[in-house]
Amino acid sequence: MPLLDVRELSVVFQRKGTKPFTAVDRVSFAVEPGETVGLVGESGCGKSVTSLAIMGLLPRRGNKVTGEVRFEDTDLLKLRPQDLRDRRGRDIGMIFQDPLSSLNPVIPLGLQVAEVLERHQGKTRQAALREARGLLDAVGIPDPARRLKEFPHQLSGGMRQRALIAIALACKPRLLIADEPTTALDVTVQAQILALLKELVDQSGTALVMITHDLGVVAGLCDTVNVLYAGRVVERAGRHALFGDPRHPYTHGLLQSVPRLDADRGGRLHQIRGSVNDNIPWSEGCAFAPRCDRVVDDCIGETVPLEPTSRGGALRCTNPVPQEVPA
Amino acid sequence: MSELASESVGSGAGMSHALVEIDDLKVHFPIKSGVLLNRTIGYVYAVDGVSLKIRRGETYGLVGESGCGKSTLGRGLLRLIEPTSGGITFDGTDVRALEGEQMRRFRRRIQMVFQDPLASLDPRQSVESLLVEGLKAHGLDRDKAAARQRLRSTLDSVGLPASALNKYPHEFSGGQRQRIGIARALVLGPELIVADEPVSALDVSIQAQVVNLLGDLQESLGLTYLVIAHDLAVVRHISDTIGVMYLGSLVEEADADRLYERPLHPYTRALLSAVPIPDPWVEDSRERILLTGDLPSPADPPSGCRFRTRCPWSQNRCAEDRPELRVFDDSGQRVACHFAEEILSGELLTAG
Amino acid sequence: MSGAGGITTLADHKRRRIDELTARTSEGGGVSLIRDAGRRLLRNPTAIVGAAIILLFLIIAIFAPLVAPHDPVQRFPELTRDLTVDSVPGASAGHPLGSDPLGRDFASRMIYGARQTLFVGVLATLIGLLFGVLLGAIAGAAGGWVDVLIMRVTDVMLALPSLLLAITLVALARESTQWTVIIAVAVVNVPIFARLLRGSMLAQRESDHVLAARALGVRRRDIVLRHMLPNSLTAVIVQATLTFAVAILDAAALSFLGLGDPDINRAEWGLMLGVDGVRYLEVRPELAYFPALAIILVALGFTLLGESMREALDPKNRR
Repeated sequence: MPLLDVRELSVVFQRKGTKPFTAVDRVSFAVEPGETVGLVGESGCGKSVTSLAIMGLLPRRGNKVTGEVRFEDTDLLKLRPQDLRDRRGRDIGMIFQDPLSSLNPVIPLGLQVAEVLERHQGKTRQAALREARGLLDAVGIPDPARRLKEFPHQLSGGMRQRALIAIALACKPRLLIADEPTTALDVTVQAQILALLKELVDQSGTALVMITHDLGVVAGLCDTVNVLYAGRVVERAGRHALFGDPRHPYTHGLLQSVPRLDADRGGRLHQIRGSVNDNIPWSEGCAFAPRCDRVVDDCIGETVPLEPTSRGGALRCTNPVPQEVPA
Repeated sequence: MSELASESVGSGAGMSHALVEIDDLKVHFPIKSGVLLNRTIGYVYAVDGVSLKIRRGETYGLVGESGCGKSTLGRGLLRLIEPTSGGITFDGTDVRALEGEQMRRFRRRIQMVFQDPLASLDPRQSVESLLVEGLKAHGLDRDKAAARQRLRSTLDSVGLPASALNKYPHEFSGGQRQRIGIARALVLGPELIVADEPVSALDVSIQAQVVNLLGDLQESLGLTYLVIAHDLAVVRHISDTIGVMYLGSLVEEADADRLYERPLHPYTRALLSAVPIPDPWVEDSRERILLTGDLPSPADPPSGCRFRTRCPWSQNRCAEDRPELRVFDDSGQRVACHFAEEILSGELLTAG
Repeated sequence: MSGAGGITTLADHKRRRIDELTARTSEGGGVSLIRDAGRRLLRNPTAIVGAAIILLFLIIAIFAPLVAPHDPVQRFPELTRDLTVDSVPGASAGHPLGSDPLGRDFASRMIYGARQTLFVGVLATLIGLLFGVLLGAIAGAAGGWVDVLIMRVTDVMLALPSLLLAITLVALARESTQWTVIIAVAVVNVPIFARLLRGSMLAQRESDHVLAARALGVRRRDIVLRHMLPNSLTAVIVQATLTFAVAILDAAALSFLGLGDPDINRAEWGLMLGVDGVRYLEVRPELAYFPALAIILVALGFTLLGESMREALDPKNRR
């Protein structure tokens, strides 16, 4: 049984005087215990809204969340707010993009880590602080005893993200959701943080949902990758299958369009025309059709279903990129 | 490796056709303190002695992480920030000696493309008025019909329809806005374009469009580029020569292919190994050089080699002696490391 | 950037359907920031309510002679007859709000009071705005010692409580007229506008689009006038709407303290509230209630409009 089972999750934003906007459109995916699952897509694809909806962190007003988010046996969407708060932090940890704004600027780091332990595990302040020191050490923060007393602004970006990871992992959650955890960081620091996440996940058996726009980050980390476009999953596959043999023209185009450090230089990059705003509604066919190189008549008119593929993933495309035949 | 050397054109070989020559450029920002009397209590050594040459028609890529001074160097080159010392020569002109009106007129020849296209376009002005502004400043708008024709052809060259003229920046998508920013830079017919993170604010699928556009424009207009970016993969794709900056100085410079194939400086090695590659097979087998510690403050840089505090190969000498950027071999590759040869040959191993 | 060329295997009617569905950005447009903000302002109920309140009072003020039942300075025998120290006549036929302590029609005085009060508030704000913008623009554009000098002067002015500063100014004037009140209130607002404008001009000076203009070789004067000033004015204009409310309250406070226009014939809400309203509070509280209510309503109108303008002009809220 999957640890997290997201079924037909939809988020519709509705503000007074504006047309309702479907940010997440019946997204389904599952996360097995210990598995690392990626949600990849560009701005506006709904990846971050999905994570916020799972955690129940969307603003209470102005949106409608439907579907199911089953964590083990409970539907998180049906939990009362206080029960959900108990789950957050204890069973599910979360890491955000901007570590500075995710930490309280006026509380010393040690207390921020300790608080989680006090709240969820009923530890005393003293015991919690002692454990916090161990946690900071575990996420590679040097001189943790001194750092405990420091405030977030005294740390570098990378150290802050480590501290945030320490908080997220304090109660040994079974699921960790990381929303663009390295986007704000420099590439050498990103490499450190990714290595740390990988190590922690491997050691503790925590499942990880990795949300990112960076295909490179996904390639080295995720077991399964979901590619989102305009609020829907368009392709799902194991990372080797996805990167080695992308079937959806969007996935294929994205992979072709990023310059690779290890590839031959020069020449033009493959480009996807138009912008992420040039969509048609899913009800009218495939949202990607206006930008797609492989568009055919069947792409327009009625919605394209997400169908399982022979390799254990799923694909939402009428005219997929042909599968490479092994020579 | 050696068969590449014959093709690659060394940049450090003192070519006479350098369009831009930057000589020991320094940009130091004073740190002020005090209420009534502003005393200077120290300096941020944002750019601390950088020398490089950009040949006409090439793309010079400047990479480095935040705080390394690459943007300040670009702005110092345009004198948008006044350099503290050093020389800038552009096509034989001593740029730092230009004053007032001379400098203003000179600006035609070097233009800039910014990272955030929305922030760099005045939200109150239509595309036409944004583009015409440069023409006006240089007295090129007197013949209205010709000016209009010029705007249209410039827009066309960046792939925007003439109908864009009446619209405002917020009515465009991110990629289109960056095209407007490029059009504004092009309309004066510059020789050098300094592009500061030209694609990093854009969606992945749009980045390729802009990268290709920059390439096309270079080909058709014979432009020279200084591209400043943190994304090594993008820089490597578009650049002929790459300079790597760390904490205010250039630590390595090489032909774009050579830099990837034979990085000499420990920082370059770490940087290259850290860039994720969208390929699971490659990622699974890669070895990473993970740096430890934090970037030192540019207000208080370490003695000797600036990178020594995080360098896995650091030796005693590194703390005493600041390595100069020296020509490594006849490929023209330059590196600022005392032990580049030993690290390359494997004689010197990492401390770990 | 229409991609019609690349779509090769698509029937014409399907292609048209795609064009239809993605047409939003292709043609039309040309909506400037201000027009866009105006559009959003019209859709915001808060702004509508604020504007409606202001408009209502404006109409009353402009058409006071037509709206008011009587001459505001005329003393009516039927009202003066019943005046005593501890009684002021209330509503009666022809006098819907009754009398003021001098036997004048209170309703008419309230209506003419709108004229006077708005006049003082608007003029004080505009004068303050004018000089504040001038000083702020000079400080922000020039920088250096000019900036330091102007800022120190505004610091001194801001260090004094605004009402105290106004009182001092009024006291310094040889004779108190409505103009001393207007100028006092205006002067109080000058440093606020100046600092605000200077602050946002400094932010503009560092912005990418000003940097871009400098890189283009645009002249300094044009950069200040075309880029820095227009983009900085938004904040000041919003502040001005909010200042209307404060200026009206300040002017009312000066009148309340007896520092306003001594002309007893002039109808002004602050004066009406401060002098008659307070003196007869126990006998006939309406004399205080109505002017107070009117001041609060106008101030509320301007505040609502100002706040929604701030919201509408914020580029982050666009679409």
